[in-house]
Amino acid sequence: MAHTESSAGRAVPRAAAPRQRENWSSKLGVIMAVAGSAVGLGNFLRFPGLASANGGGVFMIPYFVSLLLLGIPICWVEWGLGRYGGSCGYNSAPGIFSTLWRHPASKYFGAFAIMIPIAIYMYYVYIESWCLTYAVDYARGSLMDVARQAGPGGEMTAYRNYFAAFVGVDKDGFPEWENLVILIVVFVLNFYLIFRGLTRGIESFNKYAMPVLILCALVILARVLTLGTPQPPQPGGDINRALGFMWNPRLEGGGIWSELRNPEIWLLASGQIFFSLSVGFGIILNYASYLRRNDDVVLSGLTASVTNEFCEVCLAGLITVPVAFLFLGPANLGKDVLGSSFALGFHAMPAVFARMPAGQLFGFLWFFMLFLAAITSSLSMLQPAIAFLEEGFNLPRRASVAILGFITAIGVLIVVFFSKNLLALDTIDFWVSTVCIFVLAMIQTILFAWIFGIRRARVETMKGADLKIPGVYWFIMKYVSPLYLLVIFVAWCRISIPKKLAEIGGLTPGDRHTVVFVICFLAALLLFCVMLVYLSRRRWDGGRHEIPGEEVIP
Amino acid sequence: MTVYGWIFMLASVGSVVGLMVFCFWRVFRTPRLEEHMHAPLDIDTHDADQGR
Repeated sequence: MAHTESSAGRAVPRAAAPRQRENWSSKLGVIMAVAGSAVGLGNFLRFPGLASANGGGVFMIPYFVSLLLLGIPICWVEWGLGRYGGSCGYNSAPGIFSTLWRHPASKYFGAFAIMIPIAIYMYYVYIESWCLTYAVDYARGSLMDVARQAGPGGEMTAYRNYFAAFVGVDKDGFPEWENLVILIVVFVLNFYLIFRGLTRGIESFNKYAMPVLILCALVILARVLTLGTPQPPQPGGDINRALGFMWNPRLEGGGIWSELRNPEIWLLASGQIFFSLSVGFGIILNYASYLRRNDDVVLSGLTASVTNEFCEVCLAGLITVPVAFLFLGPANLGKDVLGSSFALGFHAMPAVFARMPAGQLFGFLWFFMLFLAAITSSLSMLQPAIAFLEEGFNLPRRASVAILGFITAIGVLIVVFFSKNLLALDTIDFWVSTVCIFVLAMIQTILFAWIFGIRRARVETMKGADLKIPGVYWFIMKYVSPLYLLVIFVAWCRISIPKKLAEIGGLTPGDRHTVVFVICFLAALLLFCVMLVYLSRRRWDGGRHEIPGEEVIP
Repeated sequence: MTVYGWIFMLASVGSVVGLMVFCFWRVFRTPRLEEHMHAPLDIDTHDADQGR
C-alpha cells in the first residue's frame, strides 16, 4: 500500500487520508451521464419488438401511463435520495440508506444496490463486446460477405447461424481469440474510464458519447424514412406500410378498450418503462449523490428520463421494426424474432443491412451506436461498487478499481464460458435484471416516501429545483407508485416464475447444473456484498444523519 | 398505415419531442448556480456610508 508522510514524520497509509469529495462539473454533464446510463440495448432492441408484438400503437397507452405513474416518480425518488445521502457525505447505497432510516439493518439493504449493477455488468459487457465486434466487422466488410455467400433469401438464416457460432450457442467453452481480445479491450476501457474518475471519466465520456449516439441514430432514421419503396421490391412493400406494422393498433377481436383490458399488455409496458429508465439499479442513487446540496434534481431527473424516452420512442420506434419489416416482410418477423432482443438485433438487422443500399455503412453505424449505448450504461454499473469500496473501506481509487476488476472478471468468465444456449447470461438477466431490481425499487420507494416521510421528501426534493413538481405527484409517490410496483411484481411472479421453473425443469441435466451453478454464484455474490457491508458497518454507524445547518422536519 | 396508426405515432413522438425540447430549453435557460452568486464585494451592505 502506498504511504504518505504525516506531519509528525511518521508514515501513514495513504488510504487513511481523507478523500476529496467528487462532484459533477455541470448540470448537462450529470443529465448526459444519467441518460447514458438509461439508454441501452433495451431501448433499441427490446422496446420496438415488444410494442409491435403487443398491440402496436395501443401498447403506447399503458406505456405512457406507466411512465407517468411509475417511471418519472421513482426517478425523482432516486434523485432525491441520492442527493440527500450525498449532502450527508455518502455516495454508496448503505450510507445513503442509513441516513434515511436510523436502524442498524438499513445499510444491509444497500447490498442490493451494490450487487445488482455488478451482476448485470458481468453479462452486459459481453454483449457490448459483440456490438463492437459487429461494428468492426462491418467496417472491414466481413459481415457483408456472410450474406453474399448465403445468397438472396438466405440472409436471415445465415446471420442466425453466424451469431450462433460467434457466441458458441451449441456448446460451452470460450469463443475465438479475436472475440476474446475485443472483450478484453471493452472490459479494460470501462475500467480505464472509471479509474479516471467521475468528471474526467464518466462525465467527459458521456458528454461526447451521447451526442454521437443520437447523431448516429438520426442518420439511420433519416435513411429509413427516406427509403420510400425500395428497388428491387422488398417483402415489406414501402416505408408507409412498414411504419404501420409498428404503429397501427392491432386489435385482436375487439376495440381499443377491450385490448386495454388485457393485463399482460400493462405488465409488459410497465416492465419496459421500469427497465428502460434504469430505476431500481442503484445507479441513479449513486450518480445523484455527487450533486451539490442545492443542485436541481427535478428538472435534471425529468430531462434525463425524457432523453431516454426520445431514444426509445422517437428513434428506436421509428427505426428497428419498420426497417426490419420493410426488408424482411411479416413472414420473418414472428413473435420469436420480435420477442428476442438478440434475434432482432443480431439476426434480423444484419439481414436488413445486407439488402439495404449502402448497407455496410449503415450496419457499421447501427452497431457502433449500440456499442455506445451499451458502454454508457456499463460504465454506470461500476460506479456504485467503486463508491462503496472507497467509502466503506477508505480505499484509494486504484485499489477499488483493481478489486472490482477482479470480481467482475470472474463473473464475465462464467458468462463467457457457459455459452450453451446463453444459459448463464439468461439466468443472470432473469434473476437480477428482473427480480432484484423490483425489490430494490420497492425498498427505495418505501424508504423515501414512508420512512423518511413524504413531507421531508418534498422539502428535500424541491431544494434548488428549477421546476415545480405538480402536487398530485406526492400522492402518487406515496401511494400509487409503491402499489403499482407491488401489483406488477406479484403479477409478474405469478406468470413468469412458474414458467421459468418449468423451463429449468425441462433442461438436460448438464444445462440444469449450469443454471443452478449460476444461481449459487449470484447468491454468493449477494452474501459477499452483505459481508462487505457488515465489515465496513462502523463507517455508517458513526456517520452524521442530518445535513449541518438544516432544520430537521419532524 | 391507418389513421389510428398515424394518430398513435404522431401523439407518441410529438409528446416526447415536445417534452424534451421544453426540458432542454429550461436546462439551458436556467443560469448556472455560480451566476446567481455574488462575490462579497458585489454586495452593497450600506455600512460604508455610515463611516462618512
